[in-house]
This record gives sequence, structure tokens and C-alpha cells, in this order.
Amino acid sequence: MNPTVYVDNNATTSVAPEVTEAILPYFTEHWGNPSSMHNFGGGVKRAIDAAREKVAALIGAEHPNEIIFTSCGSESDNMAIRGAVDAMGGHPHVITTRVEHAAVLGPCHYLEDKGFRLTTLEVDEKGGLDLDVIREKSMSGKKTVASIMWANNETGVIFPIPEIGAIVKEGGGIMHTDAVQIAGKLPINVKDTPIDSLSISGHKLHAPKGVGALYVRRGTKITPHIMGGHQERGRRAGTENVPYIVGLGKACELAVERMERDAEHERKLRDRLEAGILATCKGARINGDVGNRLPNTTNISFEYVEGEAILLMLDDVGICASTGSACASGSLEPSHVLRAMDVPRSCLHGSIRFSLGRYNTDEDVDYVLEKLPVIIKRLRELSPFAND
Amino acid sequence: MWEYTDKVTDHFKNPRNVGAVENPDGDGLAGSLACGDALRLTFKLDDQKKIDEAKFQTFGCASAIASSSALTVMLIGKTVEEAEEITNADIIAYLGELPKQKVHCSVMGREALEAAIYNFRTGKKLDRQIDGEVICHCFGATDKEIEKVTREQNLTSAEEVTNACKAGGGCGQCVPEIEAIINGVIAADAAKEEKPKLTQLQKIKLIEETIDRQVRPILRRDNGDLELHDVDGDRVLVKFVGACVSCPVSSVTLKDVVENQLREAVSDDIVVEAIS
Repeated sequence: MNPTVYVDNNATTSVAPEVTEAILPYFTEHWGNPSSMHNFGGGVKRAIDAAREKVAALIGAEHPNEIIFTSCGSESDNMAIRGAVDAMGGHPHVITTRVEHAAVLGPCHYLEDKGFRLTTLEVDEKGGLDLDVIREKSMSGKKTVASIMWANNETGVIFPIPEIGAIVKEGGGIMHTDAVQIAGKLPINVKDTPIDSLSISGHKLHAPKGVGALYVRRGTKITPHIMGGHQERGRRAGTENVPYIVGLGKACELAVERMERDAEHERKLRDRLEAGILATCKGARINGDVGNRLPNTTNISFEYVEGEAILLMLDDVGICASTGSACASGSLEPSHVLRAMDVPRSCLHGSIRFSLGRYNTDEDVDYVLEKLPVIIKRLRELSPFAND
Repeated sequence: MWEYTDKVTDHFKNPRNVGAVENPDGDGLAGSLACGDALRLTFKLDDQKKIDEAKFQTFGCASAIASSSALTVMLIGKTVEEAEEITNADIIAYLGELPKQKVHCSVMGREALEAAIYNFRTGKKLDRQIDGEVICHCFGATDKEIEKVTREQNLTSAEEVTNACKAGGGCGQCVPEIEAIINGVIAADAAKEEKPKLTQLQKIKLIEETIDRQVRPILRRDNGDLELHDVDGDRVLVKFVGACVSCPVSSVTLKDVVENQLREAVSDDIVVEAIS
């Protein structure tokens, strides 16, 4: 059963019909092992190579074999960080930011526990980084491994990865970026960007869950974390997830074709949704740098109401969105991203992320704008703080 | 996604008794904006001294709203004395179940109830905000609050404290301090079990018994004796009689025999003094 309105595309996207169509024959007809010597398997190998070229094309990689297929964005992040630290040897200095996805913070904290020096960069109230601090930290004399996201999943705020990469490379460090949210939404070109590795995830761009990729620039050393096979040129062992790799290739091909159109479509819907919410909901404010973010994302706080309550009431009328609110997660922690941005306490607990996608319509926005103000009004009436 | 019982969902979607009672007899607030949830509870009594009207205003998640709504329903028809007996466990039982990370929502209900009853009895507002030193900066929880919840609910781990009052559930930096508080409570409880705190009367009786059974027989062997004159806190005043009065080493006897025996039997803080 499909929800009435799905505006949570940063969490996951639906599989594009073209992608499903491309995948199915690899379950029913072309189920051979790409490592086999016979032609039945060989055909499957060629399908993987074609998918690799399509992924390379989306991110502007010079050589298709710089793409390693993985099982998800989290695996790509883990492999990039731990693999680079391992290959570098010694005790490199690890640099990241407070607003990264858990798939980056997890391995960074693991390394810190193992005795590596970790610097976690602060952000300002708009969610931006201070490049001078990055310069100072990455020139500290020690070899560095930096992992800094390209676009934030909660706010959509974009970091200037070309500038940051240049600084890290100047200091002789390894630069990884988590591009899971930006890939397919805005043009990126790894060939001309001073980075060593980049993570993408299939299900954020209309491919299925369970497939991702890591770009590793030719010449960059990454120690593999799955060993015992020649697949992916020995950099990630294990028989390939052929249907999903084919699906990821197809999704990247579609993204290249449709990127400009989709971005414009999502931006129009997002801007109308955002303006409508600000006009009709009391105490609403946008979190993050509005002039510098993904075209599809808006993160809005509602003063004096709590995010989980909003989310459940939206869910009740068939609207799917997200909250970085404490109470919706197991941890109780209010969004680590909004906390890092020093969002006021009155707004910290009531943030909702709406993320638009290719298949959203004007009617979807109308429906949210019809339902949300009533919910916010109702919850404000319940709140002891919103008497004004 | 949390799994809520039908009753929680019902009280969240159709909350009972929303708002504030006009000219309430009791008015209490628990939680704060910083904590991420807060509840204001107001009630009014009828001629029979029973709660006639109870209303809530809540800033918080679905289970906080449901716990508040349930509390008002439970209160109506009860006397203040009966209402005072309602615990957070009763609120959970009424709702069927709460996810363990949401237990703090029911604790907030109990706290607002305490605050409202305190207001009813004293006419004053119960201010919890300044009680103690803030340990958990994410949720503004103080050492005293953490100690209270640890003691009241017999908690033994930081995780249990987080579930009960949120403290430690944010950045996690304060978890070692919370563990130290828990260990302190456990150690204090253990110490209490070993040497129960005596009332002054019990103390005097124990001193008397100890002197009769363990001190006087020793002195009598040398034809001496003593009498208990008075007990002032931990100061024990005795009067030597018989051979002890003229004994040149009675001051040594006083410390080595009398004081040591009493310290071992009663309390380490005992000081014995002789009067003439």
C-alpha cells in the first residue's frame, strides 16, 4: 500500500519503474556467476561492466574501474575511512565534522577508541564549516584522513568539497566525501575535484536498497575489508549482487538524463511547500543555510511542539516525513545536526524534514499544506508554552 | 517507529481533559523546554473534597501526551490523598504498556502530580529547576534528580536512569558521572544495611548494654566500676566509682577500654569523657 503522500526522499526513494524492468531479467534469465569461464557467466560480467560505466558517468570518474560496488552507503563510508587509515599505516590524524551521518561518525569514533587522534569540526548556526580551521587542522604535520560529507541528509546544506579537498590534499592527506545525498541531485565531477574517495548509495536515487558504490581515485590505497576473492579487482571480495548492480547502473543513467529537470521540479515543489508552511504555521523556522542546500530538502522547526507528535499526526493522514527529534529515535538525542548548529531549545525538539523527489506532484504539496497547519495548531493548543 | 498500545494511540489522538482549569486548587509543572517535554497539570476539588476537574497541557511526544491525558482521567473522582498514591507505574498500567525509552513520560506525570499537590497544600510553586548541580546538559538533569530517581526506582545502570528521566540519553558525555551517582546510592544503601542509623534512644540503650556487659566486668576485676552519666549526641559522659576514682591510669582505661568497646559496638564517632 502506497502512502497518500511520500515526502521523505532523503530517507529512501521508490525504485524507478525503468530500474525494476532492468533488474528483473537478472533474476529470471541472466543468473550466471560473472566469475565463470563460460559465456553464460561472461554475459553477466559484461552487464556489471556496463553498470560500472554508468555509475562512473554520473559522478564524472575518469576510469570506470575506480568504482567499487558495495552493499550500501554505510559500507562505502566504512571502507573508505578504515581502509584509508589502514593503508596509510602509522597513526594518521582523522578529521570529520559534527554533522556527518552515523556511518561516518561510527568508524571515526571506533578509530578514536583505538587511540587515533580525531578532530570533529564544528559548524556555525547555518550549518557551515570554517575553512581556516580545516586548514589549521590538516596542516598539523601529521598525515590525515578526512571524511567530510558533500550534502547534509537532515538540512540539505552543501559543504564546499572542492575547496575543502584542496586544503586537505595540500596538507598531504586523504580526502573522502560522503556524497550519498547529493549524487543524482546535483552535478558532481570527481575527476576535477581534489578528493580521493566518494560514497554513494543506490536507494537514495531510485535504485533498490542493498547496493552502493565507493569511488576510489586511481593510485589511492585502500585496504579491503572483505578479503578472499578477486571480485572488484580484489578490493571487495564476494560474488557480486548482479541484479542490484545492474539496477544501480540504470538508476545512474536515469539520473544523468533527468538531473536538471528533476532538480528544477523538486526545487519548485520544495519552495512552494516551504513558503506555504511559513505562511500558515505559527512559530515555524527553517534550519540551515537556505542559499546553499539541496534543491529537494527543507528542515523546519515548529516552536513549542514536539517532532514525534507532529510526525505521528502526519502519518495518521497518510503523509510520510522525518524528524531529527529525540523522541522518535531510540537514543533520545535531539538531532545531532541541529544541536551542532545551536538551534534554540524551543525549536530543537520540533523539527520536521520534508524531502521531495522525482515522483512528487503539486497535489502532494497541496495536501501537506492542507493538513499540516491544522496539526501544528492542535499541538500548540496542547502545549503549555504556546499561550500567545 | 515506536510500537504503542491502542490505548496510548487513543489518548494521543483523542486526548481527554486538555487545557487549564480556571481558578485551580492545584497547579503543577514538570519538565521544561530544554528537556524536550513538559506537563502542566491543574485540578479543582468539589464540595466532597474530591477532584472534580483535572486538565493538562503538554509539550512532548505521543506517549507524553497520552500519559498526561491518562493521568487526568485517573485523577477525577479521587481525593487528594488518594491521588497522591498514583505512581508512574500506575500510569503505565493504565495505558497497558510504554516502550522502556518512554517510561520518563509517565515519571513526568507523577512529577506534575506531586507539584500540583504541593501547590494545593502550600499555595507555592514547586521549583525543581535549581535543585542541585546540572549533570546532564542535554536534558538539564541535576545530580539530585538523578539520585532521587535512582533511589526511588532502585536503578542500577546509566541506561535505566536514561529511560527513567532522560539524563544521559543525549550526547552521553555525562554517563560516567551518572554511573558515579548510581554507585554512590548503591554504596550508601549497602552501608545503611551494615550499620543501621540509631535513634538517640536506641543509641543510649545500646551504650548502656555495652557498658554493663563488656566494660563493667573488666573494671570490677580490679574493684573499680563506672556509671553512665549522660549521652549528648556522640559524647558519652561517665563517672568512675570505686577503685577507679583514685586509680592513676583511669584516663588510659577510659580510652583503651571504655571508648574502644563503645566505638566497636555503637559507632565510630563515640567520644567518652569522665566527669568527677
